[in-house]
Parts: sequence; C-alpha cells; structure tokens
Amino acid sequence: MDLSYTPEQLAFQDEVRSFLQDKLPAHLSDKVKGGKRLGKADYEEWHAILNERGWLAATWAPEYGGTGWDAVQRHIFEMETTAAGAPRIVPFGLHMLGPVLQKFGNQQQKDYWLPRILNGDDWWCQGYSEPGAGSDLASVKTTAVRDGDHYVVNGQKTWTTLGQYANMIFCLVRTSKEGKPQEGISFLLVDMDTPGVEVRPIVLLDGEAEVNEVWFDNVRVPVENLVGEENKGWTYAKYLLTHERTNIAGVGFARQGLANLRRIAGLEQSGGQPLIQNPFFAGRLAQVEIDLMAMATTNLRVIAAAAAGNAPGAESSMLKVKGTIIRQEINALTRQAIGPYAAPFVSEELEAGSNADPVGPEYAMAGTQAYFNNRKLSIYGGSNEVQRQIISKAILGL
Amino acid sequence: MNFELTEERQMLQDGLRRYLSESVTHEGLAAATDSDAGHDAGLWAGLAEMGVIGALFSEEDGGFGGAGFDLSLVFEETGRAGLVEPLLDVGVLSGGLIAALGNDTQRGLVEQIIGGVVQVAFAHGEPNSRYDLSRVETTAKAQGDGYVLNGRKAVVVGAPSAQMLIVSARTSGNAMDQDGISLFLLPAGHDGIEMRSYPLNGGGRAAEVTLTDVTVGADALLGAEGQAFAALEDANARATCAIAAEALGLMETIKTLTTDYLSQRKQFGQPIGKFQVLQHRMADVLIEIEQARSAVINLAGNLDGDRVERERHVSATKNLIGRVARQVVEESIQMHGGIGMTQEYALSHFAKRLTMVDHRFGDTDFHLERFIRLSAA
Repeated sequence: MDLSYTPEQLAFQDEVRSFLQDKLPAHLSDKVKGGKRLGKADYEEWHAILNERGWLAATWAPEYGGTGWDAVQRHIFEMETTAAGAPRIVPFGLHMLGPVLQKFGNQQQKDYWLPRILNGDDWWCQGYSEPGAGSDLASVKTTAVRDGDHYVVNGQKTWTTLGQYANMIFCLVRTSKEGKPQEGISFLLVDMDTPGVEVRPIVLLDGEAEVNEVWFDNVRVPVENLVGEENKGWTYAKYLLTHERTNIAGVGFARQGLANLRRIAGLEQSGGQPLIQNPFFAGRLAQVEIDLMAMATTNLRVIAAAAAGNAPGAESSMLKVKGTIIRQEINALTRQAIGPYAAPFVSEELEAGSNADPVGPEYAMAGTQAYFNNRKLSIYGGSNEVQRQIISKAILGL
Repeated sequence: MNFELTEERQMLQDGLRRYLSESVTHEGLAAATDSDAGHDAGLWAGLAEMGVIGALFSEEDGGFGGAGFDLSLVFEETGRAGLVEPLLDVGVLSGGLIAALGNDTQRGLVEQIIGGVVQVAFAHGEPNSRYDLSRVETTAKAQGDGYVLNGRKAVVVGAPSAQMLIVSARTSGNAMDQDGISLFLLPAGHDGIEMRSYPLNGGGRAAEVTLTDVTVGADALLGAEGQAFAALEDANARATCAIAAEALGLMETIKTLTTDYLSQRKQFGQPIGKFQVLQHRMADVLIEIEQARSAVINLAGNLDGDRVERERHVSATKNLIGRVARQVVEESIQMHGGIGMTQEYALSHFAKRLTMVDHRFGDTDFHLERFIRLSAA
C-alpha cells in the first residue's frame, strides 16, 4: 500500500505544471476562476494550445494522435489543469466520439474525422436524449429510414449541450422497430448544416442557454455516416458512456470549489467575525472536506485498478453518485455563505470584462448560479437513480 | 384545540386562492420581474381591493386582521401562487413599523398602504450586516433641528416601486449595538438618495440604496431616537412568520407539480411514480412539508406572546423551513430530471423563490445558533 506517486509520475506532474504556467492564458483562467461565461472561441483557443503540445486527446491511442497516457497520468493532468483554472476540454468530439470511431469506425471515417476533431475543424455535440428518452435511453424515437444512398432522419433530440456552437452531431437513431428497443438503434453522424436541422436554445433556471433542442425534419444523411453496423448502435452508445464517465468523480472541480468556498467564508462577516470561524458553518465545511478526502482516495483506487488493466465498471457509478453529492454540497454551502447577496440576479456580471460593477461581492452572482446550474450534475450522464440501479445490479447482484 | 380557520379567514383564503389562481401566470411573473417597477400594478390593486393588505393590520391600525394566523394564511396563498409582489416588504415590514411607531401624521400612511395607493420599502440591511439585525453602519447625524443621513442599504426589496422609504440609521453607539438605531420615513426620491435597481432570483426587484448627505427634518424620525431595535425585532418576527408561510405555499405547489409529473412521466414503460425509490422520496417530501406547516403554525400562534418565547419560535421555524426548503427544492428538481431545470417550466420559478427564502431574515445555521442561545437564556 503506497499512497504516493512514483518518481516518474511526479516528474510528469512537474511537466504538466510548468506547461500550464507557460501556456495557459490568464484571460482564460481568470474567466474560469471567476465563474464567467466561456464562449466558443475560448474553448477553441485552449484546445489548440493543448493540441500543439500533443496533449489534447488524453483518451486516444498514440496512433490516432492521442497521448497514450495511462489512467494515473490522465488523473494527474486533470487535477493540474483544474487547479490552474484551465477551461474544461469539450468532451463530445474528444472523449465521446473519438473513442467510438477508433473502436467501431471504418478506416475512411477514422482518417477523415479524427484529425478534424484534433484540429478543431468540427465542433461535435451529442444527440442522445429525447423528450421521451432520458433515463430510458433505449426508447429513442428519432427515425432514420434508408432511401437509396441516404438515411432520412426525423425526430427531436434534447439537452444538447453547446449545440449552438456545433456543426456536427452524433445521434442515436431508430432504424428498426423489431425486437427489443436496444436492437433497432443505429449510430449516425449528421452535418448540422443539412437542410431540415434546427437548433433551439433551452434556457435553464440559472438564466443561461447552454443546452438545446435539435429538430430533424426529413434530414438526408449519406449512408457513409453510419458508424459500425446498422442496428448495433446501442453497443457503441454504451461504449461511449464508459468514456463519458472518465473523471466522473470530479475531484478537481470539488477541490476548486472547496477552495473558493473557504475564500468566501473567510470574507463574509457574521456576528462580527468571519463566517469561517462560525462553528456551525466551519463544521459543515469540514464535513464535506472529510468526505472529499476519502472520495479522492476511492477515485485513486479505481484509477489504479484501471491503470493495472481492469476496466472500471460499476465503480464509476459509485464515483458519480458520491462525487456529485460532494460537489452539490459544496455548491450549496457556497450559496449559503454568500448570504443576502445571493438574491440579486444580474446576468451581465457573468460576462468577463463587463463594465457593470457587481451589485454585491464579486463572487456572489457566479456562486449562486453555480448552485442552480449544478443541480444538473446528478441528472445528466445517467441520473444518480440510474447509477444506483447499476450498482445494485452489477455489484450487489440484486 | 382547534386547527380550523375561522369563518372570516376561510373566506379570505378561498377568495385569495381563487383570485391568484385566475390572475397569476408564469409569464406574468416573469414580466413583472423584467419591468422597471418589478411588480404588477394591476395585481397590487386587486390585492388591496380584496382586503388582502388590510388583513395584515389590526383593526386598531385600520385593518381587519393583523394576527399571526392572518399573516400565515395570506402568505401561504401568495407562496402557492409564486407571487412576486412586495407584499411582505410593504405590508408587514414597512406598514407594521409605521403602525407601531408612527405619529398621527405618519400613521395616516397606513390607510394609503392598505388601499394600495402607496408603497413603502424598508431599507435596513447593509452590505456587511448579513443577518445581524442590530448591525447598522449608516449614520444619522443631528444637524439643526433635523438629521443628515449617510450610508448604503443592501438588497432593499420593493424599493424600485416604492414612493417612500423607511431607512434605519445609527444616531449613537457602535455598529453592532442594539441601542442607538433610529428609523426615518422619507420620500424615495429625496435629494441624496441614489438607487440601483435589479431583478432577483425568484422574481421581483430590489435596489441598492445609497444615501449621501440626505438632509431631513425632525419630522422624518419614525419613533423615538435611538430606540428602534425592539420594533425592528417585532417587525422581523412578523416578517419571518410571513416568509415561512410563503415558503410553505411554495412547497405545496412544488409538491403538486412533482406528484403530477411522477404520475405522467413514463420511462421504462411505466409512470416513474411507480418506482418505489421515487415513491419513498416523495413520501419523505410530504412528511417534511407537514413539519413545515406545523412550524408555521407554531410561530403564528406565538407571535404575540412573550418576547423570548416568540423569538425561540422565530428561530425554530426559520431553521426548520430552511432545511425543508432545501430538501424540497433539490428533490423536486431531481425527480423531474432535466425538465425541472428549464426556465420555461413553472417549477424553476418556485424552486428559486423557495431557495431564496434562506437568504432573508437569517438562514438555517444563523437560526440554529440563535435558537441554542435563546434556549439557554
């Protein structure tokens, strides 16, 4: 039993740190740390910087331009970039579609799409959920009907994150109504500039529009955009979801959140002393910190097993449940710490470089909206209810 | 023992519920929040006409209610509707303070408040005061036969639509002292008053109010100089009762929305409300909302009692409401899934408004600590 990194891993950590010191632009890390909005250009800028260093595709094999890192290196990279306030890597092309194409795509698809993901030629989004297919993803109803050398797609996808920036969408579509629902699903790549595709923003309770509805009205998609075999899409979708769950514990985000919370609780005054000295508040903060310390080690245990070649299974469900509970508790404590200034809602304050002075402390607006926005953590990527179901079946055998 | 409403209160509840269900819409609430005034003048007039504002005042003050159970019934209904009108601020806080402390001239305003023709906002909280009722750094210095006020007031709910303000300021003592706090009643547009108006999470509008050399006569003083704290605590207790009842109403609507959704939403071939895990969690939500109802009754019934006992109930109720509110908000959004997070769906408004209840008049921890202190005394 040894909790420390090897000398090689420590050297890698140093290498990542000095890279971030040199190459992470302050205007990006300021936005991330200040909870400001990030736009398409911000993400593209950071992707390009990582790509130049060869560090953009942490989950890809080297033959496709990936880093070839093991699970521990990916974890170190994740921790360091989060701590430095780097923008997150937009996962749809890099962490989701890329691995699917590498495993199930044909040569032509790999040759064409993979370099375009690395170079930022395409912005991908995910066409999975539908209004009637959330937790029950296998009940997707969007249809793709073969017509000569095209599929004709009709239906609606929803909760499409950052779909407003995307030019490409990978979709689960129904190509057959025979057999079990899972058996008639195909995995299709759709150019969003095709006539009949429409993106409509969905404003969430924090006032922001990061998700969308995507509508398909007789959209003609060339058959070469089918990934793998027709009606085998469920297999690919499940494979993708295992990659969606990389870094699912969110330890880096939780640590950042905790540091921010500690800072705010040190600035807020209650009863003539800093809130952080209030034993009730300090107790709550300590509790979540203790949970996080243990969860970070649970995360490392899963990572070590993965590095030793054991693909994580239901353990990632465990990390998702506990990880989101911890992050949401940090969000709730942060909102609580903010006090009366949690109430003002001044949307412009989330825009970096806005001329408007904040109504209250500079952290109030971002901290409050993060509480509302991060309710999504326990809903998306397989709700915590679905994760618990997986745990009870796969680990407990119930 | 009798937990039934009196006949008059039952009529008021029925009438108010009907009026609000016919007049308040999700779109209307958003439009009110987006407007400069931050409220809907038509709704305000309607509330006045029904006697809803009057129900917050005793007969002696020109109203027809004013007891704890009048407050709780009115605000449970406004909560149920998700109303964003500054009824608590104008009716309970400002109106209550004017009725309690005003001279004859000032008390004349109460009739205008009840009639819905004047709104008075209460500018008390400050950027550093958080929930400490006695922390007042705004100053009022005697000058001639009047005062000069300087300072800044934070998150003054209802200020953008108010014609008048009550401003608390320190005429003596240090920032945290209970003694030395005075109240002043003055026009919102008085020279030296600057307002920055903004919308609120959960609807309605507030303003940051900056006072720079605001010069008023002695007639602006509301109550005795330096002696406002007891009345402040009184008004705060009544406001806590009102916001706790409002929270209860919000919870009731959230419960209905969520139960309906659990019955209608189908996944895996059946309504998700058939899944035992969700049934049990919804049952817990129901149990906790009934606890919240009892906590509101406890406070409403002790509002006119002995000070220490009343204040223990203030803190007990606000603590419990805060805990239940968080559970109801988080569970209802979670059980809805993505749809519960959209601004277009009504739940988001109720969830945000209920969340914000913990950010006024002291949060769960503030009142937990205060309850322990009061109980030990």
